This record gives sequence, structure tokens and C-alpha cells, in this order.
Amino acid sequence: MIAPHFPVLQVVLPLLAAPIMVLLRSGRVAWVLATVVSWAALGIALSLLAQVADGSVVSYAIGSWPPPWGIEYRIDRVNAFLLVLVSLIASVVVVYSRASVAAEVPREQHYLFYTMYALCLAGLLGIAATGDGFNLFVFLEISSLSSYVLIALGRDRRALMASYQYLIMGTIGATFIVIGVGLLYLMTGTLNLADMASRLPQVTETRSVLAALAFLTVGISLKLALFPLHLWLPNAYAYAPSAVTAFLAATATKVSVYVLLRFYYSVFGESRVFSALPMGEILLVLSLGAMFIASTVAVFQHDLKRMFAYSSVAQIGYITLGVSLDSATGLTAGIVHLFNHALTKGALFLLLGSFALRLGAVKFENIGGIARVMPVTSFGIVLGGLSLIGIPGTVGFVSKWYLVLAAFDRGAWWLALLIVLSSLLALIYVWRFVEAAYFREPDETVAKLKEAPAEMLVPAWLMVGACIYFGLDTGLTVGGASQAAAELLRSGR
Amino acid sequence: MKDYLVLRVIAKLMIAFMLLFALYVQFHGDFGPGGGFQAGVISAAAIIFYAIIYGLPAARAVVPDWLVETMVGAGVLLYAGVGVVGLLLGGNYLDYFVLGHDPVHGQHRGIFWVEMGVLITVAGVMLKIFYLFAGRAEGGER
Repeated sequence: MIAPHFPVLQVVLPLLAAPIMVLLRSGRVAWVLATVVSWAALGIALSLLAQVADGSVVSYAIGSWPPPWGIEYRIDRVNAFLLVLVSLIASVVVVYSRASVAAEVPREQHYLFYTMYALCLAGLLGIAATGDGFNLFVFLEISSLSSYVLIALGRDRRALMASYQYLIMGTIGATFIVIGVGLLYLMTGTLNLADMASRLPQVTETRSVLAALAFLTVGISLKLALFPLHLWLPNAYAYAPSAVTAFLAATATKVSVYVLLRFYYSVFGESRVFSALPMGEILLVLSLGAMFIASTVAVFQHDLKRMFAYSSVAQIGYITLGVSLDSATGLTAGIVHLFNHALTKGALFLLLGSFALRLGAVKFENIGGIARVMPVTSFGIVLGGLSLIGIPGTVGFVSKWYLVLAAFDRGAWWLALLIVLSSLLALIYVWRFVEAAYFREPDETVAKLKEAPAEMLVPAWLMVGACIYFGLDTGLTVGGASQAAAELLRSGR
Repeated sequence: MKDYLVLRVIAKLMIAFMLLFALYVQFHGDFGPGGGFQAGVISAAAIIFYAIIYGLPAARAVVPDWLVETMVGAGVLLYAGVGVVGLLLGGNYLDYFVLGHDPVHGQHRGIFWVEMGVLITVAGVMLKIFYLFAGRAEGGER
């Protein structure tokens, strides 16, 4: 009886939980509610993924208004994969967040923190689940506005400035997206994405459609922090509360990548974007810029959170590089890296949160010799770092393997070389951590530290474990990603 | 502004009509321009008007902070709750057709409650923003 409503319940449960948390005004109850809805969302997402595994599409008409008139929720293999990713990360982070938030956020704001967390989750799941252009924008705003608040809750006063910077950039991005959707609505007379896709070929040579594509590309690129539109990201990630950084780094930009894929392949059709226009080349150059410049900047950071934030910009470059190659292998590589990088960065930021719990600010000069007093956390970061570099046996290797394969498919051996070269930059910044944590003598403050509590270590190590597990058993990730890629390419041709 | 007799008397006269007009805009929203958002703004404006003339503490006595925060959450809950009722009555989420004996009546009923949710949340948010800014100017906390 309840199963047919899964596509909407996924989004509605966290959306309902948020106002209830405000009314109850208790941090502890809010945390329990947030945990329950996150895990429920994960369960629903897994069941949806099983439903669409055979290539079928689940369609749900909100308010019983049939699509394309009403808002349609449309689950296929692409967004079911993403729903699982987002709800999985949310479920792990929410368990971790209790201890971390207790230390980093004032007590009277706890229930508001979880309210925003639930709203952000609802927004991100909504973006993924909806098949309606305007609804997508609304959920984008819900997730963005709540993430601005979450970032501003960081204990460093600079968090406010970072959040404001993100607000300005994010609002410009959202405005561009809504202008793009509006132009498409103007030309096709529909907001339903599937319907839009079937009507677009009739008006495809018009300037309005071209403008819509341009607005959407720039707007979404701002939200996904494509180099050089990434300037909001490092500060936002560095000053947000640790749990928020882990959650946003693993989900928000990934969902934006999904939006880009959805518009490029499902709405415009791949042929339009990649053969008629030089979008592939533009994306390729920007991705390479992200991989090299952002990685180089990361090497020179003093703050570990900022360093890994810049590394995130670089890693997003790998995802868009896969997309820009415009092939089944390339797209698979992009989507699989979307999943893998979410796991890796989620794990890394959760572990950095353990340092933040004990140390406050996580700077290189503060963490000398910290591996002796917090060995479990430090070793986790080393494993996560290996995954960033792409050592065999970790998820990072799987992504890069498929990226290199896609480059060779295209006959671009130089690209394969560049991918390997940029990984060396990751080696440098991960080594900086190893050098500081393992080879320096601990000073007095560090020597007195204790290992982080188990309720933070267990979720973080679950993610680290997933980084290793999915590095060895690629059935679920690469399988899911190649199915999603096939789905996108099928709708594009 | 407490010393201006004219303002005080006029404000007292006007506020009742402002609230009444808010309700008119709310309930007439089905048939003409208006609806929950506008009605919420107008009713919040009435309270803000009261605060400007009689001072923030007086307004806070009428609409205390806890009530404002409850309104912010309750409206959203009401809106989302209407959707869940549609679900429980055998329809899809936000299905108003199943809320009444005949579909048109059901749509009316659904829109009525959803607009009520919008009114409550919008009025709450407007007041919350006003209280936060006005509270800062007085140098008081919250």
C-alpha cells in the first residue's frame, strides 16, 4: 500500500520532520528524528533502486494531476543511484553529527541545526527525485538556503563571511538556472523535463534555446563548483561545522553534477550539446584547469580543511572530465567518480572533524605528531588520502582507471598522462599530512590529546571501509554507474 | 512614538481593519487576487505597525517570541500535513480530490488548508525577521 508512494515519501519525510523539530525545540529529539528520517530515506532509496534496476521508470503524479500538467516525480536508474548516495551519506553523517555538533554548535541552536539538516536533505533528495524543471529549482533553493545556514553555524566567525559569499554566488547560480528553465518553458510550453525533451527538437535552432543552454551551464557550474566558478567552496567547507562539511562535500556538489547530466543528456540530448556546440572541449579545458590549478593551490594550504576543500575542486574536475569525453566509458567514469569521491571526501572530512573536536582549528602547525595520540583517526586519513591519489585497492583507483580507459578510447594518450600527472599533486598534499602527523614530534598540547569517541570514529571508518570495499568489489558502483550512463545516453539519442 | 496621541488613536483604529483585510484577502484568494502569502504579509504588517507605534515590548507581549517560532514551523507542518491526509485517504501526496465528497469540494478544502498554512508561516517569518532586526536596534538580545 505504501510502496507506490516511495518516490515522494523519500522527500516528504525529512520535509515533515523539519517543522516538527522546530515545534518540539529539543536538540536530542531533533537528532533522533533526523536519524530516523535519514535511515528511512536510505531504505526507500534502496528499494527504489531495486525497482528500477531492470531499466523501468517509476513515475509519480503529485496531487494526482497527470504529467505533464502536474508535477511528476520520475525515478530511473540515474537518479535512483544518486538517491542512494545522498541518503547513504546523510545516514552516516547524522550518526556522527551528535557528538561533533554538541562540541561545535551552541546548545540552544541544536534543534535548529537538525531542522536545517533535514531541510537540506529534503532539498537534495527532491532535486534528484523530481522530473519537473521548476520543482527542481525550488528544491535547489531549499537545499541551498539551508546549507547557507548550516555553514554559518560554524564556530569560527569567518563562517558567516564564507556563508555570505556562498549565498551571493549560489543565488547567482540559482538565478541563472531559473532563467534557463524559464527560457525553455517559453520555447516548449512545458516544465516537465521528459515532455520538454520531446518538444525541444522542433525549436532546437533558436537563439532562445541556445541562451537557455548557456544560462543553465553557467548556473549549474556555479553550484557544482566547476573551476573557475569554485571560489565560494574553499571557505564554505573550511569554516562550516565538521559534520556539515562532510555532508555538503559528499552530496551538494554531486547533486549539481546530476542536474548538469540531466539537462545535457535527458533534456537537450547529447547530440545537441556535444556535436553542435564545443561544450565537450570547454568542459575538458576547465576540468584540466581544476585538476592542476586547484590541486596546486591545495598543496600550499595551511589549514587541512581548506586543503581538502581545494582537493574537492580538483576532484570535481575529474568528474566533469569524464562527462566531457562524451562516451559511455567517460560518462561511467564520471558517475562512478561522483560516488567514489563522495565516499572518500565524506570519510576525510568526518575524520578531520575528530581532529577539530580535540584541537579546534586543524592547521598543519598544530597537528605535529598527532598520529601517536590519535592513531585511528590519522590512519583513516592516510587511507582516504591514498584513495584521493588513486592507489590500487581504493575507490580512487577505480575511477581513474575508467577515466584513463575513456581517454584511450578516444585516442587521447596525452590525457591519460595528464590524469596520472595530476594524481602526483594529490600525492604531495597527502604526503604533507603524513609528514606532519607521523614524522614530527608531538608538542605539549598534542601529547595530551585523546582519541576521538567511538560514535564519531565508527561512522567515519564505515566510510573509509567503503572506500576500500568498493575499491575491490566494483560490481555495485561501476555496475550502477554504467547502467546510469546507458540510461542517459539512451535518452540522449 | 508613544507620545503622539493622533498616531496612537489612528493606529488603534487601523489595526483592526488591517487584520480584517488580511482575512478578506485570505478567504477571497480562491476567487480573486490574494491568498496566503499576501494575507500573511498584511497581518504581520498590522503587528509591525503596532510595534512601531507602541514599542517592541508591547508587540512582544501580544505576539511573544515562542508563538512566532511556533508559527514558522506550524504553517509548514499544516501544508505538508494536508498532503499526508490526501495520502492517507487513498490518493497521491497533495491529492485534494479525495478530501471531499466530490472532487471540486475536495479541491476547495485542500486549497483552504494549504493557504492557511502559508498564512501562518509567512506571518511568522515576517515577524521573526522584524523582531530580530528591531531587537538589535534596541541593543537587546533576540
